[in-house]
Amino acid sequence: MTQPALSVQLTGQRNGFLLDVRFDAPPGLTVLFGASGSGKTSVVNAVAGLDQHATGRIALGGHVLMDSATNLHLPTQDRRIGYIFQDARLFPHMNVRRNLDYARRIARAPLDTTEWNRVIDMLGIGHLLDRRTANLSGGEKQRVAIGRALLAKPRLILADEPLAALDEARKQEILPYFERLRDEGDIPVLYVTHAASEVARLATTVVALDQGGVVKQGTAADVLSDPSFIPGDVRSVGAVIEAYVVTHHEDGLTELEAGGIPLHLPRIARDPGTRLRVRIAAQDVILSRDKPKGLSALNCLPGKVDQVHLGDGPGAVLSIKTPAGRILARVTKRSVKAMSLTEGVQLHAIIKTVAVAPGDVGGPKD
Amino acid sequence: MSWLGPEEWQAVALSLKVASWATLLSLPFAIWVAHLLARRDFPGKQVVNGLVHLPLILPPVVTGYLLLLTFGGTAHLGALLTNLGLPLAFRWTGAALAAAIMGFPLMVRAIRLSIEAVDTHLEAAAATLGASRLQVFATVTLPLALPGIIAGAILGFAKAMGEFGATITFVANIPGETRTLPSAIYSFLQVPGGETAAVRLVVISIIIAMGALIASELLARRVSKRMEGA
Repeated sequence: MTQPALSVQLTGQRNGFLLDVRFDAPPGLTVLFGASGSGKTSVVNAVAGLDQHATGRIALGGHVLMDSATNLHLPTQDRRIGYIFQDARLFPHMNVRRNLDYARRIARAPLDTTEWNRVIDMLGIGHLLDRRTANLSGGEKQRVAIGRALLAKPRLILADEPLAALDEARKQEILPYFERLRDEGDIPVLYVTHAASEVARLATTVVALDQGGVVKQGTAADVLSDPSFIPGDVRSVGAVIEAYVVTHHEDGLTELEAGGIPLHLPRIARDPGTRLRVRIAAQDVILSRDKPKGLSALNCLPGKVDQVHLGDGPGAVLSIKTPAGRILARVTKRSVKAMSLTEGVQLHAIIKTVAVAPGDVGGPKD
Repeated sequence: MSWLGPEEWQAVALSLKVASWATLLSLPFAIWVAHLLARRDFPGKQVVNGLVHLPLILPPVVTGYLLLLTFGGTAHLGALLTNLGLPLAFRWTGAALAAAIMGFPLMVRAIRLSIEAVDTHLEAAAATLGASRLQVFATVTLPLALPGIIAGAILGFAKAMGEFGATITFVANIPGETRTLPSAIYSFLQVPGGETAAVRLVVISIIIAMGALIASELLARRVSKRMEGA
């Protein structure tokens, strides 16, 4: 690997727990994933420079932001980090235009009209420019906040649970913008969340934190299809597969193809040929040793048991190798025993079409 | 104003001048101290806080006498300032200083509260956008605290208009130089037949005080409306 886009090494006692977080993030979107209390906020504050007493070293490309060994702590305003907060934090005494233009005015830089228009077009906020921030909806506020961070010409975008305060519809409104940031921009993004569905849709790289340490790191497909990795709530376990749109059927379904296997999902508003990533929640997968007949579910993937992970409770998570990629299935231990599901067993994984929510389908990965 | 005698008019004009200068000159300093107390932790913070509030709890005569000891014609600092062309003792400039010091704690209290009410998260957001501490203060903290700053300034102005004890002790009661409204009212009440003039000045005091209060209320309301982004 060449020089990482972002390199973080943090150690020491932070807010009552021991922190030992080390990871290198390649370009693209890196999701920092973990429950509250896992150390996410400590990392974010250290990267942004809001915690000037952190110990360790943080480098952004070739720029060292912090190195406690040499007592270097670049102040926040010199780090050029576009911080997108959960609560937007727009300045209430300025209209949208002045909020967007704030960083440029502070830097006394000339207006870059091309960049200004590009950001405003991308976020679709041209009609909001003269509005007061108090009159904006939650989704509009967050779009303006993204624009404000981008127009500061940052070297890193730092998004701290940017969707957590929004309802489901607003989340779907904002998610595509982060996909575009990941796919279009050359700015690395560090995206903090505890929602597995956001990981599935956005992550190029996943760094999973628990109790102040990194428990898993890798590509989204690798991390999410590891049956031993339970991200917080077992109901949020689910793997990601890649598929492309084949055609839209008249009855409202969209036909995809993943590794030669057809998949039918509720209508996805993308053109045929578009590559997508689809999250399959482990609890929506049914396993059958025989090829099922007379079943209402439309999607059936042949596969082979790859790993079996027995949980503490009555459940087990299995990873299944299919032509479409690895998927996870959550079943009971009793079924594992009754069906003698061990490594190498051939079976069929059935996915109910309507179980795949719009939020589980996202744009291309790279 | 024909119904005011020249002596009374002189007192009103002098009071307005003294209070305006007192407010204008102490306001930046009050904002700085208020910001320090609201946002910074430093050793001796309680001492600074106590010193700021001292004029509020000390008898005004004591404050006036301390000023006289510090800035009187024979005191070192007083002599120095006189040589620099800014004599304070028994001058209207001294009255302005006394008024400023007496109004200072009220100003600081009001401004400190309004600065504490500004969301520090917004200040952090400004820093991530490249603003230095000073720029954060000038572009975020100050405008958002403006209603409280206006209220503090008006409060300080009203206090300066009415200051009596420290003023009369420090700069005495010289017509045309240091005889402000309260001193004039006091003087008129000391002479037989001066009561009608005193009452006229009392009415003027009330009008000025009420006017200041209403003006500050209107201003603050307009500003806070703007702040909320309405």
